[in-house]
Amino acid sequence: MKRFVYINDDESPTQEIYCDNRISNRKYTLLNFLPKNLWEQFSRFMNQYFLLIACLQLWSLITPVNPASTWGPLIFIFAVSASKEAWDDYNRYLSDKKANDKEVWVVRQGIKKHLQAQDIHVGNIVWLRENDEVPCDLVLIGTSDPQGLCYLETAALDGETDLKTRAIPSACMGIDSDLLHKIKGVIECPNPDKDIRRFDANLRLFPPFIDNDVCPLTIKNTILQSCYLRNTEWVCGVAVYTGNETKLGMSRGIPEPKLTAMDAMIDKLTGAIFVFQIVVVIVLGIAGNVWKDTEARKHWYVLYPNEGPWYELLVIPLRFELLCSIMIPISIKVSLDLMKGLYAKFIDWDAEMIDHETGCPSHATNTAISEDLGQVEYILTDKTGTLTENKMVFRRCCINGIFYGNESGNALKDARLLNAVASGSPDVIQFLTVMAICNTVIPVQSKTGAILYKAQSQDEDALVQAAAKLHMVFVSKSGNILEIRYNASVLHYEVLEILEFTSERKRMSVVVRDCQNRKIILLSKGADEAILPYTAAGQQTRTFSEAVEQYAQMGLRTLCLAWRELKEDEYHEWSLMFREASSTLVDREWRIAEVCQRLEHDLEALGITAIEDRLQDGVPETIETLRKAGINFWMLTGDKQNTAIQIALSCNFISPEPKGQLLLIDGKTEDEVSRSLERVLLTMSITTSEPKDVAFVVDGWALEILLKHYRKAFTDLAILSRTAICCRVTPSQKAQLVELLKSCDYRTLAVGDGGNDVRMIQQADIGVGISGREGLQAARAADYSIGKFRFLKRLILVHGRYSYNRTAFLSQYSFYKSLLICFIQIFFSFISGVSGTSLFNSVSLMAYNVFYTSIPVLVSVLDKDLSEETVMQHPQILFYCQAGRLLNPSTFAGWFGRSLFHAIVVFIISINAYAYEKSEMEEVAMVALSGCIWLQAFVVTLETNSFTILQHLAIWGNLIAFYVINWIVSAIPSSGMYTIMFRLCGQPSYWITVFLIVAAGMGPILALKYFRYTYRPSKINTLQQAERLGGPILSLGNIEPQPRSLEKEVSPLSITQPKNRSSVYEPLLSDSPNARRSFGSGTPFDFFQSQSRLSSSSYSRNCKDN
Amino acid sequence: MDVDGGSTSSDSTRVRSIPIRSGQCKAFLSQFKQQSLPACKPVLTPAWVIAIHLLLGFVFIPIGLVTLHASRGVLEIVDRYDADCVPEEFKGNKVSYIKDTSVPKNCTRILKVHKYMKAPIYIYYQLDNYYQNHRRYVKSRSDQQLLHGLKYNDTSSCKPEESNNGLPIVPCGLIAWSLFNDTYTFIHGTAELRVNRKNIAWKSDRDHKFGKHVYPFNFQNGTLIGGGKLDPNIPLGDQEDLIVWMRTSALPSFRKIYGRIEEDLEADDVIVVHLMNNYNTYSFGGKKKLVISTSSWLGGRNDFLGVAYIFVGSSAVILSLVFLLLHVKNPR
Repeated sequence: MKRFVYINDDESPTQEIYCDNRISNRKYTLLNFLPKNLWEQFSRFMNQYFLLIACLQLWSLITPVNPASTWGPLIFIFAVSASKEAWDDYNRYLSDKKANDKEVWVVRQGIKKHLQAQDIHVGNIVWLRENDEVPCDLVLIGTSDPQGLCYLETAALDGETDLKTRAIPSACMGIDSDLLHKIKGVIECPNPDKDIRRFDANLRLFPPFIDNDVCPLTIKNTILQSCYLRNTEWVCGVAVYTGNETKLGMSRGIPEPKLTAMDAMIDKLTGAIFVFQIVVVIVLGIAGNVWKDTEARKHWYVLYPNEGPWYELLVIPLRFELLCSIMIPISIKVSLDLMKGLYAKFIDWDAEMIDHETGCPSHATNTAISEDLGQVEYILTDKTGTLTENKMVFRRCCINGIFYGNESGNALKDARLLNAVASGSPDVIQFLTVMAICNTVIPVQSKTGAILYKAQSQDEDALVQAAAKLHMVFVSKSGNILEIRYNASVLHYEVLEILEFTSERKRMSVVVRDCQNRKIILLSKGADEAILPYTAAGQQTRTFSEAVEQYAQMGLRTLCLAWRELKEDEYHEWSLMFREASSTLVDREWRIAEVCQRLEHDLEALGITAIEDRLQDGVPETIETLRKAGINFWMLTGDKQNTAIQIALSCNFISPEPKGQLLLIDGKTEDEVSRSLERVLLTMSITTSEPKDVAFVVDGWALEILLKHYRKAFTDLAILSRTAICCRVTPSQKAQLVELLKSCDYRTLAVGDGGNDVRMIQQADIGVGISGREGLQAARAADYSIGKFRFLKRLILVHGRYSYNRTAFLSQYSFYKSLLICFIQIFFSFISGVSGTSLFNSVSLMAYNVFYTSIPVLVSVLDKDLSEETVMQHPQILFYCQAGRLLNPSTFAGWFGRSLFHAIVVFIISINAYAYEKSEMEEVAMVALSGCIWLQAFVVTLETNSFTILQHLAIWGNLIAFYVINWIVSAIPSSGMYTIMFRLCGQPSYWITVFLIVAAGMGPILALKYFRYTYRPSKINTLQQAERLGGPILSLGNIEPQPRSLEKEVSPLSITQPKNRSSVYEPLLSDSPNARRSFGSGTPFDFFQSQSRLSSSSYSRNCKDN
Repeated sequence: MDVDGGSTSSDSTRVRSIPIRSGQCKAFLSQFKQQSLPACKPVLTPAWVIAIHLLLGFVFIPIGLVTLHASRGVLEIVDRYDADCVPEEFKGNKVSYIKDTSVPKNCTRILKVHKYMKAPIYIYYQLDNYYQNHRRYVKSRSDQQLLHGLKYNDTSSCKPEESNNGLPIVPCGLIAWSLFNDTYTFIHGTAELRVNRKNIAWKSDRDHKFGKHVYPFNFQNGTLIGGGKLDPNIPLGDQEDLIVWMRTSALPSFRKIYGRIEEDLEADDVIVVHLMNNYNTYSFGGKKKLVISTSSWLGGRNDFLGVAYIFVGSSAVILSLVFLLLHVKNPR
């Protein structure tokens, strides 16, 4: 599982084995596009269904209409999907081509040549200049920098905007730049993988380049594809991974498509309609065969043969199958895709979700799941960088037992500390030295002379900045020599080793040589539990522990600083081990950690730094609003328990003692954890009856045990608890928690900003990334990326809610209009001898589904039932979306009933008004069709809450278009409906009939809607009235009977859905007096009361489910 | 009305947007992107809903009355003759009567005019329980052949009456094959009443759907004779009975025009109809009726629209009163 790369060897076999540097992100090629794309499209059930119908229609014996009426839309829909794919693929091809055609300098046959990037082979030496993009993964062998360093911007790879230092391997040090392109050697490296943080390889140079030793290579010695070279004149490197095998290429993957709850519901309803259709087909098929045998043979003019073919019995059912096939609207998929695309665009365009600090707009990467935003029940949030700004400021410190900054809250202004610095107190000097050099920060001298620090970690940045303010200025770093300016004197330190930070070790150290007195010292900083246990035996660490405790309670991030003087030989002995560990290929990280451990002991703790990470603007308000909307919050953080709790308190996550109660689950062993869990569960179920805000806190260790051994009980707890704080959790635990909630059938939204949140974000139903300071990694993996946490409120309440409402309307309406025309066909079959005659002609049927009824409903994408402000003020209204009140079997039954009613109205009126001498088939069909179209227009009008000019245009324009199109068709002599529409429009009876259909169809619906709206209003209606009539919003208080009616309305849901959501929220709506009062006054008491009711009801549900 | 409203509003926006086009366009676009287009948000207030229903009632009831009046103004004489025209000895077996070519099919009916009927008076024949909309039946025709005649060869759609003795049939298909062939002559007083049998089919059908140079060929030559025969010397475009017949009806009970009487009939006039009862409806229990009817601006006599209008209108008024009452008793 290794690859051997022979450097600069044009004859070596590697050239053939490994691919060239042609990048290809394309899904298709010209040849396989059609079959592959068709195959993908036909793997969906709906498409298979439509294809089957279309194929059946080719059999002219059974087809009621021209096959074109299905093939047309089908091909259209497929063409749209395919061209979208093709367009995307073409764009990928273009960007690939751009990258592939880029010219770079490559060494060939010992001569530098200007070649296209795609011709680079593994083993080639590539030369890059400043600001060049790296074309493939390279191992550095030379730079312009005498120290062998270069700087790299890796934003395209991991999203981090700071510059990274990369160094040439020690073996290549000092090779003259003229000789570089003659270099020969072999690199032993692992097979391509996607880990951009690891590269465990070895390099051996061939003579004449001395140093026949194996030289270890790490990620530090590589420059990876898509990075940019900065601040370095030139570099050269050996290509090790090329084309799609680079680290970047390997990490590209096709994300799993996510299915929204709504899609699942639509699929379910489609399934139900399909079953209904089959039943109709069977019933009508039997009836048709019976009628044929008993009646039709008597009707001599039909001339039924006495003996039919063997499949005779099937003919009539199949005809009805085709006739009823339009029950499942072929247009729904296209309409939904269009709508969803537009929802996503609305999110991208939203001016109120632009982060004005960075000018970064919100972005919807995944265009298909907007509705899910409106149905979120759980939000799992990261803390650092998500709730907080991740803008670290050094606030306090404790040096050798003395607390600085306690009075003013800012140690930098503490006179005692300033005095101590001025007087040169050795403790303080040591402390500051560690702050200034124990890091990986790169100082950059700007043109104005000010020093800018490029740091990977915000904490380090804060520390270096603070040290600089305390006159310990980290001036420059040239190679291994660090220059520190303390007051007037300039100090130099030589960095010997960097023992890097890993999340397992939780500390980092540097070994430096003090150039003044040649002493070697080890400087460490890290979490208290990673430093204090390793202090020298005699040292008292109690004050430090207390300091950590105290700071953590204030919500500050603490770091413990320590140092130790090393003896010369101790260091040399250790450095050999370290070197060996660094060049292992197997388990290198673990080996290094082990070796580091050998040096990091007997430390002398110097003090504690406390860094404040400020809350982002609007976080408490956002959390409060979203919790009012019935969303439960879990905080998952890698931070310490105390810090996490403090942050949680300060951002309204939990409430302080009298109102809130924190339940702790802890323990080191299984038994302890289990007992603790039982206790918490018990308390939880008792307190649900009390108006108390209960949250549980669990740390990573206990969580590990819980997830492994007590999953069931923990799931119960998860269902009970509206709030949870999980601290010290690893990225994979975060993902596990998401998984756990998802398995309880909750809609989860994970929000985070850093690389450690990526797994959680990908796991959740909706992943939201904050494009923050920890880089763009999370934002890239996420479905939505936003600039600040507070935009989440708008994302969910405005965009999510509108999307849900609109999709609910669109999907149900699509079924309604298809059912309407289908019912008319079914009724017609009763008066046409159950023979499966189609009343409508093919053109009308096709146009009905594709044009007449699709366009008006598409503009419902602009519909707003409530204004954004109202929704923000009354976030409770989101319950309707969460509980799926607008799209569920019972609302669907309403639409089903409406289509049945309208079909009856249209059918009865058309056949009675156009009876006797006017009963010509084409005319009756057009009268019925006009009736349908008019009803459509009014149904859309009635269901639209707000009319913009576009809606008027679409609804009434469509009606006009219907006549224009039919006039055009009626003018074609060869068409079946030649002159029909002109004749009809000239008849007064046509218009009288159409208006009768509209009045008879819409009158009762309007009356019913009005009755419900006024006497059985939902909360949405109440708010609408309040908003539009300008009445007092507190009139919400008058809607007592409302929940009951809702309960009735939703009750059929419980039969089909295992999870009875209506019962969850019903109690909350019924105790709306409390909730209502809380809108106005905003007193937290009522708010929590209603919450506790909620949790009690969810508990009862839980019991029920069990 | 709504259609007009829609078109004018779209026109007016276009007109408005021309002068300050770019600015307004941009503003419109940004409003669209922010989902903040100015919108009108109607509320279902009691006043509105009650007014709409009341208005509906007040518009619909008068229209209903007018419509009903127009329908009632139409005079029609309907005479069912299929049963009575069967001679006594065949009453038990009507099918054998109609199938027996040796039995004379003539029959005389006497119709009495009750009220003065103003010309033009239309003569229809009405068939009940006759499924012209049956799938086998409606599909069995070839529009291309009707227009182009023998030049058009593909008559597969006409099955099972597409050819006979290996020769194509013109006009092919079940519909043409089952052409209605009862004939009527009307005696008014002593003289024969002139019945105009021209221009009874749609002009568009005569001109564009049925060929002017397509002559019946090989029609009703098979062993199984369906309905009427056609004069092979008259082109299809002039065979108006066929053209009328081939406009299939959507309902199992329908009337088709037979001719027009172009003189007024006085009250108490007696019309004697000599008819040839050729067409077989006995095998499936279909009824045959002769209808003589005047016409109004709404067409023939059909009370449905008027009654429905009055019903819908009065329901709307009642509903609005109920809402009004509810609102007064229980104002929100």
